[in-house]
Amino acid sequence: MKYRIQQEAREGTMLINMGPSHPAMHGTTRVMLELDGEKIINCELEMGYLHRGFEKICENKTFFNMLIYTDRMNYVSPLINNTGYVMTLEKMLGIEAPERAQYIRVILNEFSRVCDHLTALAAMCMECGAFTVFLYMMKAREYIWDLMEQTTGARMTTSFIRVGGVRSDFPSDWKKTTRIAIDETRKVLKDCHGLMSKNKIFLNRTRDVAIVTSELAINYGWTGPCLRSTGVNYDVRKAFPYLVYDQLDFEIPLGERGDNFDRYMVRMQEMEQSLRMVEQCMAKIPRPSSSSEPVTKGLEPAEAIKASRTKKPEERIKLSPNLEGTEKEKYPGILSGKKYIVPPKEDTYTNIEGLISHFKLFMSGHGIRPPKGEAYFAVEGGSGELGFYIISDGTDKPYRLHLRAPCLHIVAALEEIVRGNYLADIIPTFGSMNMIGGELDR
Amino acid sequence: MLGWGRKFSLFQYPFITACCGMEYMSVACAHYDLDRFGMGWTRFTPRQADMLLVVGTISHKEAPVLRTVYDQMTEPKWVVAFGACAVSGGIYDNYAVVQGIDRIIPVDVYIPGCPPRPETIINALIKLQKKIQKEGHEWRFQRKKS
Amino acid sequence: MAISKEKILEDLKQKFSDNILDMTVQFGDDIIHIKKEALLDIVNFLKEDPYAFTMLLDLTCVDYQGEEERFEMVYHLFSLSLNQRLRFKARLQQNDCKIVSLTPIFKNANWLEREVYDMFGVHFAGHPYLRRLFMYDGFEGHPLRKDYPLRKQQPKIHLR
Repeated sequence: MKYRIQQEAREGTMLINMGPSHPAMHGTTRVMLELDGEKIINCELEMGYLHRGFEKICENKTFFNMLIYTDRMNYVSPLINNTGYVMTLEKMLGIEAPERAQYIRVILNEFSRVCDHLTALAAMCMECGAFTVFLYMMKAREYIWDLMEQTTGARMTTSFIRVGGVRSDFPSDWKKTTRIAIDETRKVLKDCHGLMSKNKIFLNRTRDVAIVTSELAINYGWTGPCLRSTGVNYDVRKAFPYLVYDQLDFEIPLGERGDNFDRYMVRMQEMEQSLRMVEQCMAKIPRPSSSSEPVTKGLEPAEAIKASRTKKPEERIKLSPNLEGTEKEKYPGILSGKKYIVPPKEDTYTNIEGLISHFKLFMSGHGIRPPKGEAYFAVEGGSGELGFYIISDGTDKPYRLHLRAPCLHIVAALEEIVRGNYLADIIPTFGSMNMIGGELDR
Repeated sequence: MLGWGRKFSLFQYPFITACCGMEYMSVACAHYDLDRFGMGWTRFTPRQADMLLVVGTISHKEAPVLRTVYDQMTEPKWVVAFGACAVSGGIYDNYAVVQGIDRIIPVDVYIPGCPPRPETIINALIKLQKKIQKEGHEWRFQRKKS
Repeated sequence: MAISKEKILEDLKQKFSDNILDMTVQFGDDIIHIKKEALLDIVNFLKEDPYAFTMLLDLTCVDYQGEEERFEMVYHLFSLSLNQRLRFKARLQQNDCKIVSLTPIFKNANWLEREVYDMFGVHFAGHPYLRRLFMYDGFEGHPLRKDYPLRKQQPKIHLR
């Protein structure tokens, strides 16, 4: 079947292909253009080059296993995807995370959002020619990834947010690392504002280019920073508050014209708001249930298992370093919900109830089994409303899991909004839309 | 001598598709710099590149594109499979993903990890440089089997 | 003027009483089961003021293999002014999996319906360009149906 653009092509125009492997295509999409000189008359976008079968895999893996696949959807802000998935399950199971865990979730979500916006703007500015901005923003991202690595163990694909809370508590010096991350990010944002926001070349390339009215944006189903740049005040964190967002004080930056420059400015302002939210959370977070020092002197796990055969060991158990933060004393603060969480390792090693709960969570056929039914829950992702629609039939595998990807709706509008602009305008337009291949193609 | 010259001026073509692209971006930028190994300059066209870095998952729809890009590169060329998805399909074992790019093109260095840490990537690239040093001139007189 | 959710549901029930099959609530979400013929009328009715359901959040399909009405289309509509979400479901027969397209009303329905066509094989009457979205041209079968195995290998196609 011929492409639409081939069917509609007129005489005397040039058909050009910006192929799937293109530096400005943020991964893999193919844009086919019909040009009259340099002006774009028609445009068609072909996607699906990164389709990895996420929704089909869901039907073959348990709810617990699916957590790692959700990381890799919007891979620049993985913790937000984790949160969305886990909160949909919590909605179906009817449990709620403890307060400290909610604050931890909000801090990590907002840092993920900052990473998302940093990457999007860095790519957009690099493609317009400002390579320095790219390097500065990547530097800021490294400081944030330092905090993520110390807490979760991985820089990017973390799988940290679990049903019932979070996997482990913050390390003991997290406030210092967070402070460094916030300060460095603020320095970088100030530098980048100075370099780009009043830069005549950047303004010429992005002001009044690809203007989107709010009616068109709503008709296309846009959400997130792109919708807010047209002037519509819709943010899932304020409209349907979840976690502790209703207790935090933050503003929603809005744009006026809906052009590329507004989308850039909305993202820059949102990063500042996210950093403000992290500072408020750092002040408000409830104290941990116990001190944060890991146990250095105690029984080895193998000895503890042997000793527990006769009676419960009195000494504390020295867990392996990669289980730091998940000691039993921390549990009331980080995880709750008896049947659906991994029990603390001290319980698994020493008593039979802990062993059986561990077994029942991980064996196939058992595990997290939500009641029969369906639920839809949305969180505010980096690009917009990230929704999870899960249908469960009572077993431990989802019957159907659908992701409402915000990027799909935003990129679907590209075909219409670049018409009438020049070929070089596609680059900042596509960059300002923040297309993430993993989310678009699932 | 030729090996020394070649290994310290690799022009790379990053064929970025998915999440590993983020780790590639951070290894190429200021914190873990790739430029000090001579690989700073990314050439965004296969005709001028000699190292193809396949970063991220390759789906069946993308596979002909990868093959075309590989064929367009001129000799001598090396391929690095970056990330678990490029090495063996990664966590995606289904109808849509190619289970490892060595089903399509020959690979010189495999970098496992999901995503690999920057230190792993630098280690792998140094291994590639050692391999290039040892290769020598034979490529002129041999046809490389693809 | 804010209208409550109950008033919206009651107005719908009054106007489309023979086309609405059921109204349920699950985990706090409102679900309305409708007949597929009434979809366009209901969406047009809700799009006007004062309801203003002007955003199509999502459009997807579920395969209940084994039942006679195999496919179920699920639509999520959202109203910005009332801050309300509604879910509509319509069942399709296995040998008659066609439904009207929402492209004249919502522009993002274009790609969402192409995705459902690609993954499930449901045809949309009135869609301007019904073509596969995720899979390549020449792919055989519809992957998200329950009878499509996860690891099926496709026949080889020529290098284009």
